[in-house]
Amino acid sequence: MTADGSVVLDGGLPPRRDRRTAVSVERASASEQADRQRAAWMAAAQAGDRRAYERVLADSVALVRAVARRHGVSTDALDDVVQETLITIHRVRHTYDPTRSYDAWLSAIAGRRAIDSLRSHGRHERRELHDELALEQHPDRDDASADAERRQQARRLREAIAQLPPGQREAVEQLGLREQSLAEASAQTGRNAGALKVNLHRALKALRGRLHGEP
Amino acid sequence: MSDTRRHETLIDALGAELVPVRRLRPPWLRMLGWLALVAVVAVLLFAHFGDAPMLRRWTGAPDLAWAAIGAVLTAIAAAWAAFTLAVPGRSRAWAWLPLPPALLWIAASGLGCLRTWLVPDTSIATLHQSADCLVFIIGFSIPLSGVLVWLLRRACPLRPVLTAVLVGLASAAASASLLEICHPYDAAATDLLTHALAVLIVVGANAAMGGRLLSRH
Repeated sequence: MTADGSVVLDGGLPPRRDRRTAVSVERASASEQADRQRAAWMAAAQAGDRRAYERVLADSVALVRAVARRHGVSTDALDDVVQETLITIHRVRHTYDPTRSYDAWLSAIAGRRAIDSLRSHGRHERRELHDELALEQHPDRDDASADAERRQQARRLREAIAQLPPGQREAVEQLGLREQSLAEASAQTGRNAGALKVNLHRALKALRGRLHGEP
Repeated sequence: MSDTRRHETLIDALGAELVPVRRLRPPWLRMLGWLALVAVVAVLLFAHFGDAPMLRRWTGAPDLAWAAIGAVLTAIAAAWAAFTLAVPGRSRAWAWLPLPPALLWIAASGLGCLRTWLVPDTSIATLHQSADCLVFIIGFSIPLSGVLVWLLRRACPLRPVLTAVLVGLASAAASASLLEICHPYDAAATDLLTHALAVLIVVGANAAMGGRLLSRH
């Protein structure tokens, strides 16, 4: 028992502060070692070593997530920042200097992509805010009549789609209603992606005209 | 697709596309490459105008020489900082590198205006002649900035506007240094203001346009 009442469990251990310093030094050297390893992988990747490249990219994911989180990116957007950062790394991998820290290089790129993500989300949220305002200003009527109106709108839409020329109808059904990708729709219909896109564009224009009276 | 799977797929696709790359040369070496271009223009101007008038002006008034040295050092420092900042992970503090030489350039130019006597073989530039200086600085800055932006686009400027400001400062300072070779006028407030205006226009135009050109990454 010491003078301040605490019990010394193991007199052989160094004082607590020293132990903490020793742990942090060990951690620092471990992270430095990992950094050096990643630097070596990236240097090999610059020379064309695919295995080293895939290892350094896989190893970078956690670091990118940590940087993005530190910048305040929300959890659901973290993986998009990871993807954008990986693509940027690929494009600018020639700018890495293997004599310097890989982690510092990666963190700078990840930080930039995180800021880009925050900005684009900011823009998105501002748009959402406008929609909310619009909803508040135009509240739903009672549920029964709103439901009836929705059913009527759906029927009008179905009729309008049915009246479209066959090519345009096909594009709306495959791409719009079944949510297929261009490639899938193209494989199924035998039409090329360009023709499908043009047909969808024309169909949407025609539908807008019929439903809203636009030219 | 789960996110881990999505990352694995992307890493796999990037790995499949991997080809060896030529590593970017160190910033100081790239800066020297750009300076070599400025040096070629300087040699051509010396060949045309000779160095005697410039040296006579400098011996007559050392403040003119100090201002020129300040401009040359500003061009070197700003270009070096721009090339360094274009590499991810390098400290933002590099942006301050051109500050001391720029202060020397501004202070020595300002000091020249305080002299009450005129340097031999010089005159005070008229407004029309000062306008020529403006055209010279802007005219030379356009290709020099263009080359810098082109070189920097091979790197990855993550702070495009700051880098573009340094591009503007480097090319304006280099142009002002080149102007010194064929500038038979003594320091005067109007001349100084014209030079300052030219530098501001070049820096501003780079910040507005260069930032966009550099932000493709």
